[in-house]
Amino acid sequence: MEKPLTKNITPGSSPLNLKEYLQAGGYSGTTKALKEMSPAEVTSLVKASNLLGRGGAGFPTGVKWSLVPMDEASLRPKYLICNADEMEPGTFKDRYLLEGNPHQLIAGMIISAYAIQAREAYIFLRWAYKKAETALRKAIGEAYDAGYLGKDILGSGFDLDVYVHSSAGRYICGEETALLNSLEGKRAVPRTKPPFPAVSGLYGRPTVVNNVETLSWISHIIENGAEWFKGLSLTGTGGTKLYGVSGRVKNPGIWELPLGITMRELLEEYAGGMADGYSFRGALPGGASTDFLIQKHLDVKLDFSTVAAAGSRMGTGTMIILDDKTCPVSFIHNIEKFFALESCGWCTPCREGLPWVEKMLASLEEGTGKMEYLEILKFHTKYMGPGNTFCAHAPGAAEPLQSGLNYFYDDFVRHIDEKKCPWR
Amino acid sequence: MLTEEEKKKILAEIKHYPYPAVACVDALKIVQHHRGWVSDESVKDIANLLMMSNEEVDGVATFYSRIYRKPVGRNVILVCDGVSCLIMGYESIYDYLSKKLGIRFGETTSDGRFTLLPVSCLGDCDHAPAMMINEDHFNNLTVEKINELLGNYK
Repeated sequence: MEKPLTKNITPGSSPLNLKEYLQAGGYSGTTKALKEMSPAEVTSLVKASNLLGRGGAGFPTGVKWSLVPMDEASLRPKYLICNADEMEPGTFKDRYLLEGNPHQLIAGMIISAYAIQAREAYIFLRWAYKKAETALRKAIGEAYDAGYLGKDILGSGFDLDVYVHSSAGRYICGEETALLNSLEGKRAVPRTKPPFPAVSGLYGRPTVVNNVETLSWISHIIENGAEWFKGLSLTGTGGTKLYGVSGRVKNPGIWELPLGITMRELLEEYAGGMADGYSFRGALPGGASTDFLIQKHLDVKLDFSTVAAAGSRMGTGTMIILDDKTCPVSFIHNIEKFFALESCGWCTPCREGLPWVEKMLASLEEGTGKMEYLEILKFHTKYMGPGNTFCAHAPGAAEPLQSGLNYFYDDFVRHIDEKKCPWR
Repeated sequence: MLTEEEKKKILAEIKHYPYPAVACVDALKIVQHHRGWVSDESVKDIANLLMMSNEEVDGVATFYSRIYRKPVGRNVILVCDGVSCLIMGYESIYDYLSKKLGIRFGETTSDGRFTLLPVSCLGDCDHAPAMMINEDHFNNLTVEKINELLGNYK
């Protein structure tokens, strides 16, 4: 089984330095793109590979790039931004790539910037990722010294500067337009779309924002081609995926596996099954803002379209397991409290709706809830849903709540009937 | 008053940007790095330097979780209360810390040694429960482990 993204990562030891990474074949895609390909050829190859964005939304990367105006008269400067603000509860995949192989990311960023002809790139980094920051800064320094960054990269005439911005901390910064405001030194509230960042992004200039895992792929795709990439997945979508599992399993962790393995394989073969004394009740397949999947979904292939067809989202591909000894109401309350706290406050359904939901769940958890609360909660999942809010924050928060109410309805009712949490 | 060093660092950031206000988050981080937190006076000083109103700077300062607008202790403990840490028992970690230090979330010990804050999520979900003390990460936490750790932070 090929593991292009993680083959050069050894957990617990320092990432490869530039010399070691070059010996391992690193940057060969970068050299190829800059010396042998035009920006348009790079974009069309990435488009042909069907690389879907690994940040959670699964938007085709090549299509995103192709929205950037490329004619000579188009607005300049243009910018490339790496979204490394991983903060989705239950998600720890970008951290693994940032700490484990920063050169792989930089190699991909150089190609991506070349494709859209951006001369400046930013890595917007989660504040808590101190080890990643050190690794990135060291790798960037090495890349400048060796001529992979700066002026006239590898004699190609292409210039690129890369800067690391460590965030001051807020979940909404991961939303790409909120991220742009944050980079501009403002409150990180999302912007209206359209215009999309590809046309009007950082400082109103054309900007592409891509996730760490997405950008880490680019050099491999240029080197090995679109068909190779598609062949890595089991479903034809393309690529491997970093899958993670946390919760009461025997062996929580992260693995690079072909896109489209089933939930059962991930859970049993890699995570080692449930820990002794715990049984499986459900899982959020891709971070806190995804719908629950339950026992009957165990054979669902973990691919963007099949997870969507099962009523959830691939999200970040890092799964949180709900076991029988954890109260589902408390589990969902924890998540809604997070989303309520992290609402940027810009639009009313999110600012007012989420704290209301959180209070009701707190009351239910304490045993002071009423049956009518369940109807109000259900109503809120619609009211905060897509189309009613400014960005995807509240709709994301509604996902575990709506599916939780559906699958664990009896557990909610028990809290009301018994006037206490049956798990405490 | 900003110190010469703070001013120098902030002005160096402004140079990268099309206009001074872009450096607002950087400026807040620089001041906090030197003083541990951002006072009303610092907000005013930053506003003057970046040609912004005090309210604009405060709006930015209060938006971000890792900018402190109140004094904190010499060491800040950030206990992850994310959902994976909930499953793996962060509550007992918090209860222990709270009892041992005699403070709850949002409070500082009377000797100014520790401030206790919640945070979510630290990206350590496969080794939950997790926490940070200042810039250091700790995971697979147990009560015994915490006891050892605290001694290293004076």
